[in-house]
Amino acid sequence: MKILVCISKTPDTTAKIAFTDNNTKFATAGVQWIINPYDEWYALIRAIEIKEKDSSASITLVNVGGVDAEPIIRKALALGGDEAIRISHDPQESYDTAVQISAIAKDGGFDLILTGRETIDYLGSSVGGMLSEMLDLPYVAMATKLELTGKTATVTREIEGGVEICEVELPVVISCQKGMAEARIPNMRGIMAARTKPLKVVEPIAVEAMTSTLSFELPPPKAGVKLVDADNVEELVRLLHDEAKVI
Amino acid sequence: MPVLVFIDQSEGQVKKASLEALTYGAKLAEQLGTHAEGVLLGKVTEDPSLLGKYGVKKIHHVDHDELTHLDSQVYTKVIAEVATSMGAKLIIFSNNADGKTIAPRLSVKLKAALVTGAIALPETGDGFMVRKNVFSGKAFANISLKTDIKIIALNPNAYKIVSGEGTAEVVSFAAQIESPKVKVTQTDKITGSVPLSEAERVVSAGRGLKGPENWGMIEELAEELNAALACSRPVADTNWRPHHEHVGQTGLAIAPNLYIAIGISGAIQHLAGVNRSKVIVVINKDAEAPFFKAADYGIVGDAFEIVPKLTAAIKNKKANG
Repeated sequence: MKILVCISKTPDTTAKIAFTDNNTKFATAGVQWIINPYDEWYALIRAIEIKEKDSSASITLVNVGGVDAEPIIRKALALGGDEAIRISHDPQESYDTAVQISAIAKDGGFDLILTGRETIDYLGSSVGGMLSEMLDLPYVAMATKLELTGKTATVTREIEGGVEICEVELPVVISCQKGMAEARIPNMRGIMAARTKPLKVVEPIAVEAMTSTLSFELPPPKAGVKLVDADNVEELVRLLHDEAKVI
Repeated sequence: MPVLVFIDQSEGQVKKASLEALTYGAKLAEQLGTHAEGVLLGKVTEDPSLLGKYGVKKIHHVDHDELTHLDSQVYTKVIAEVATSMGAKLIIFSNNADGKTIAPRLSVKLKAALVTGAIALPETGDGFMVRKNVFSGKAFANISLKTDIKIIALNPNAYKIVSGEGTAEVVSFAAQIESPKVKVTQTDKITGSVPLSEAERVVSAGRGLKGPENWGMIEELAEELNAALACSRPVADTNWRPHHEHVGQTGLAIAPNLYIAIGISGAIQHLAGVNRSKVIVVINKDAEAPFFKAADYGIVGDAFEIVPKLTAAIKNKKANG
């Protein structure tokens, strides 16, 4: 069982969101970087759980990013990845990322390719789907559960107002979200071992971009909360009806 | 060159998110001086021609048993065939679970630029620019789409459904359907409640409720408002409430018209899932709760006293106007 887990570097969930260069670039000063939570807590940890049950399984991590992504790659190795590949490139769009990863995945013989549901910065939720089309593999998005029986994956995915359970033969691409696994923290043994695990750096391939980000904007600040007295809930109902017009 | 809208159905019912996509697609077609058509896969219970009231002129219906459930490979091939046959240059999806599964595949297949999570109509005067949510709804990005064919996945609840007069011409589209590799064995729907992702009003509660036994008053308020129920992460993690009700950074991101947060302090990760709500009401006994900074209306006080009073006041308002 060969598992490929795609990991992305994102700003910490509490990072201040601001932009520089005339609102064309994310302001990285002082930002803490983490493994995208969906990639880590759900995709990677589920892969580790699978490996714990099946000792023949191996986990390869892939990241498209600069040398500044190496700390998060080492953390993923400390959690339980076996080896990592960093494609040395600053991707500008999901398509670019997917092309780079597909080049690794094409000849890798992976049974299972896991991604997070989306990255918490650009909210694309696209890399998994694009990758599956490039590799001509089935794709299940937004999975909340994954069980393996031999070469069959049983996957639960979220749909509007419920869940759908499906079966698919490996190899398959799956994007993961909450429910898949419980978050863990790396232990000291993992951290020590991660230092010597292989991290291969490869060159990117040239991609013609299909989109470009022209600018960012912050939402206008809220006007401020209108407080209503606890003894006067009728006033709140009136405001929601007459002013906000939502009830 | 018409706009093509993917019409998503589940168990024969066209989803609300698709009605938004249809309205959006029709409006965009008008903006570009063309018309919109729809593509519908699988069986539906209602007559598809009625979808014409959302502004589409024609619906390509591929009625086939193998299309009852989503398999992204099968769906992508069929939609690509329809799009190519009609020369569509713009394809609209809802950015819901199915849209997120199909649109990226189609983007690769048709070499079409994709923007997911669009929140408004594109600016098409000079180039083609779409605005989308980024950084968990804490900012917007303006994305330029540079290819001949373009795909937009519209965020649910970002565009208001408009219906008028009109019926659509329904044409059955003969496509080669392969057997799906993803085989759906079971569908579990929570019956009798509004799906959280589609709800226009949401009542949400957090640890301030002290225990799962206290949710009765929350359910009553939600019922009175015809609202869906949601909760904060600690509440889902301690199994007070089911995981599918969890909204926030790692749960569901929602954008209802009204979000009422009861006993939730408003951690930044929670706000990331709800900050696209149009109106936020916060009820919390701690006046310093960070949620008040993100709220439109607030009451500082004890939820156990305020919530039943609020339910009664709404009931009263409905009765007396």
